[in-house]
Amino acid sequence: MKGQVFAITLVVMSGVATFIMFISTMDSLDLTRNRFYRDYSFADVFVHLKRAPESLKEKIKNVPGVHQVETRVSAYVKLSIDGFDEPVNARIISIPDDGRPLLNRLHIRKGRLADPAKDNEVVINENFAQAHGFNPGDAFAAIINGKWKRLTITGIALSPEFVLLMKPEAMSPDFKHYGVLWMSRKALGKAYDMEGAFNNVALTLHRDAGLSDVLRDLDQIVGRYGGYGAYGRKDQISHRLLSEEFKQLQTSSKIFPTIFICVAAFLLNVVMSRTINTQREQIAALKAFGYHNLDIGLHYGKLVVLMILPGLLLGTAGGIWFGHLLGDIYMAVYRFPFLIYTLHSGVIIAVVLIAIASALVGTLHTLWRAAGQPPAEAMRPEAPAQYRVSLIERLGIGRRLSQPSRIIARNIERKPIRTFLSIVGIAAACATMISSGFFKDSVTHMVNVQFVLSQKEDMTVAFTEPTSRSALYELQELAGVRYAETYRNVPVKMIHGHRSYKTAIRGIEPESRLHLLLDTRLKRVALPPAGIMLTDHLGKILDVRPGDLLTIELLEGSRSTRQVPVVALTKQYLGVMGYMDVRALNRLLGEGDAISGAHLVTDSLYRKQLFRRFVQMPRVSGTVVRTDEIRNFHEIQAKGMLFFTFIATLMACFISFGVVYNNARITFSERSRELSSLRVLGYTRGEISYILLGELGLITFIAIPLGFLLGYWLCGYIAQALASDLFRVPLIIEPKTFSLAAAVVLASASVSGLIVRHKLDHLDLVEVLKTRE
Amino acid sequence: MIEKKEGTVEAVFQVRDLTKIYKMGEVEVHALRGVDMELFSGELVVLLGPSGSGKSTLLNILGGLDTATRGFVSYRGRDLTKANEQELTEYRRFHVGFVFQFYNLISSLTARENVAVVTEIAGNPMVPEDALALVGLTERLDHFPAQLSGGEQQRVAIARAISKNPEVLLCDEPTGALDSKTGIVVLEALEQINRTLGTATAIITHNVDIAGMADRVVHLSNGRITEVTANKMKKSASELQW
Repeated sequence: MKGQVFAITLVVMSGVATFIMFISTMDSLDLTRNRFYRDYSFADVFVHLKRAPESLKEKIKNVPGVHQVETRVSAYVKLSIDGFDEPVNARIISIPDDGRPLLNRLHIRKGRLADPAKDNEVVINENFAQAHGFNPGDAFAAIINGKWKRLTITGIALSPEFVLLMKPEAMSPDFKHYGVLWMSRKALGKAYDMEGAFNNVALTLHRDAGLSDVLRDLDQIVGRYGGYGAYGRKDQISHRLLSEEFKQLQTSSKIFPTIFICVAAFLLNVVMSRTINTQREQIAALKAFGYHNLDIGLHYGKLVVLMILPGLLLGTAGGIWFGHLLGDIYMAVYRFPFLIYTLHSGVIIAVVLIAIASALVGTLHTLWRAAGQPPAEAMRPEAPAQYRVSLIERLGIGRRLSQPSRIIARNIERKPIRTFLSIVGIAAACATMISSGFFKDSVTHMVNVQFVLSQKEDMTVAFTEPTSRSALYELQELAGVRYAETYRNVPVKMIHGHRSYKTAIRGIEPESRLHLLLDTRLKRVALPPAGIMLTDHLGKILDVRPGDLLTIELLEGSRSTRQVPVVALTKQYLGVMGYMDVRALNRLLGEGDAISGAHLVTDSLYRKQLFRRFVQMPRVSGTVVRTDEIRNFHEIQAKGMLFFTFIATLMACFISFGVVYNNARITFSERSRELSSLRVLGYTRGEISYILLGELGLITFIAIPLGFLLGYWLCGYIAQALASDLFRVPLIIEPKTFSLAAAVVLASASVSGLIVRHKLDHLDLVEVLKTRE
Repeated sequence: MIEKKEGTVEAVFQVRDLTKIYKMGEVEVHALRGVDMELFSGELVVLLGPSGSGKSTLLNILGGLDTATRGFVSYRGRDLTKANEQELTEYRRFHVGFVFQFYNLISSLTARENVAVVTEIAGNPMVPEDALALVGLTERLDHFPAQLSGGEQQRVAIARAISKNPEVLLCDEPTGALDSKTGIVVLEALEQINRTLGTATAIITHNVDIAGMADRVVHLSNGRITEVTANKMKKSASELQW
């Protein structure tokens, strides 16, 4: 039984390890995040505005429910880094001159805060520093409010506001091209003409405050100072992404351990049934000596617990180890000052109880039978196995079967439940493999749709504020620009009935060559000349259908409210927003033909020259290069994906090995007598192997397509569980993911097959003839 | 040497100085201690001896299931002691029919199919139905082992053994698991095969009464042949009693 206990250990271990890994990572990140938020006073509400006098702070403070208020100056700046020719942008934020922000305090990793008396000192965020190898004392140039300034780094810091730093509207973090700088309020206020004024507010709330009331009051107060709409923590991008990640961990922590525990329970059931069958006589003897049913039941119950014990111990240790590894992977992207690895004893107790309970439930029927047999009945050898002609033979298909093939068909049919569960078990292994490949496939598909099929520009240039269309001609004149196309981006609040959502409307040129609107079938969607088109997820959030009238509150410019008919919904994977013909949008805004930026097709030879030029142009607030975005996306994803693929492959191997090996061992022990008899009758080793391995092979081959189906369903479930307004994971599974899953299952099944084949080669032909079964 | 009915005298097996020593832990067990014997074409030999006398070991070596420690066994002039694993498998496949005490049928196959298991791989087999007819089981062709009595199961085993038209039939306690009435039915089947097909047959038993139906009786004790007797008045199986 050594081999079988080993197989069960692998499966139990995998289940316990994945459970502990996911739960402990989630708990650790959650605890770390909460501790970081608490210790560094992460704000509850944020609002950005154009400019307001400092005196407004008191008014904000008096809003019912508001606890602490911090006013700040914040801006987007362009940087120029020596030896790095690509465009780099940063957000620069003020910190009070005393160096002690009330909210969103910095955790200084290296160096010190910027000197308020100096206007050329900054603290930078750690990811950015690491991406460029910056240390305190290093310097780079920045254009601050149109003026070149050489800035010296005094410190490297972390902030609860930027645990995960993402450039607005980016698909993934990009630490090389985007950073955060902190400068003293005095220096930054002076640079931006904000002395005695501010353009950004962060605040905390009293525990019992109503968020929506505060947001409404706040919007009212800052509205006339150009407020862009207040939002709570849940919409703060860093916090938001963390929460999505937790959701993903939570989904994984439910799905994968459940698969393992079920498989383990099934394996135990098979092993225990066989064990009890071979120990019938001992059971009878014990009962004849006066042992109670309960004693017998307890004895085998203990055996079950003993069999899963190594898996529980190794799984717990492995789970802690994997939890640390996974924590480290997260820490490379999510920046916390520390990771508090935590594993609640409750989690271990829960997993132990779940494992033991499922193992016992899995074997309950067998235990019940063992305990309930009258001694005399148990003393007798078990009745010979009853067989009948199998279904495929009755259908006539099996008429031409050889006797060994007939044996396979009838054995499979005689134990339909065991066969079915074996098939499901192997299929589960296959599905686990597919679900790990699915992430990669779907993300690759999303990137492909977003960056290759939909966005065809080489780079995008954004302007500091809506600009006249004439700016386009200026860009077109630049050496190296082959083609340019404008776009307009307007932050808005969309309202439908009692539902509302803050997002943006993107105005696109109607016959755009660079920015194509695609639906999920990758068909180009024609932009209607009037009205608005929404991504379908936004349609769901707002409960609107084509034909409905949508109220739009503009969050810039005139800040007026308009009614726009919804003309269509389009399915898209990323983000939620509205699309309009740029001319219709401008009509709606009443701004003439203003633009927010331009998409460019450029000559690669001139690229560096263009970057330098854009840095110089005061009106250009930032540049995004498409190829950088794609490369960066893959780099960030790769590490995490690799780990998950590794874990999933390992687990899939364990399950399929466990199921096939166990099946093979049991079948071998049930069938060894017949196989030996056949050897005596002159069958070769190969021929008898066919009977045993053919059965396993058949089960495996049936299981693989079922695994494909199960995998597809599992991925669909995962995709649905992860869908949010940030992204909807498309259900894309590449053929090579299916093939890899099948290959892994076949390989581990083959290994178990080979082990059993080795046993077949060493059958004792003489021994078997002496004994009655 | 025994003269057979039609006067043919050909040795199927020749055994010389056959010795088998098992190692049981540190103890050496001498199962066979220099056995010499022959089995002739068409004859029915009973190997008689108490348990532990070495009769099963002898049968296993003759059947290519076990190897000798020393000595020589030839089957139709081929040295079995020098045969490798593959040659022994082939030897069992084409030349020897086995009947075991516990039948060793494949429980998932019907009587007919249990015979077909052998006819499918043999060189010159009978039709399974014919083999079963020879043992009187024409009515039970499509029954599974679980649906057959012990005697019927053993007769299926005999049909299986003879269906390949073997040159030699080796039977290890074929009636050991049966009551005497059923045992006699099984022996009748063996006798009939031996008579009609002329298959050289060796039957192992510790049952002295069965010796009555043999052409020759080889007595074994403690790994040695103690006596070989020829039955002048051979009984038919139906006359046996125990």
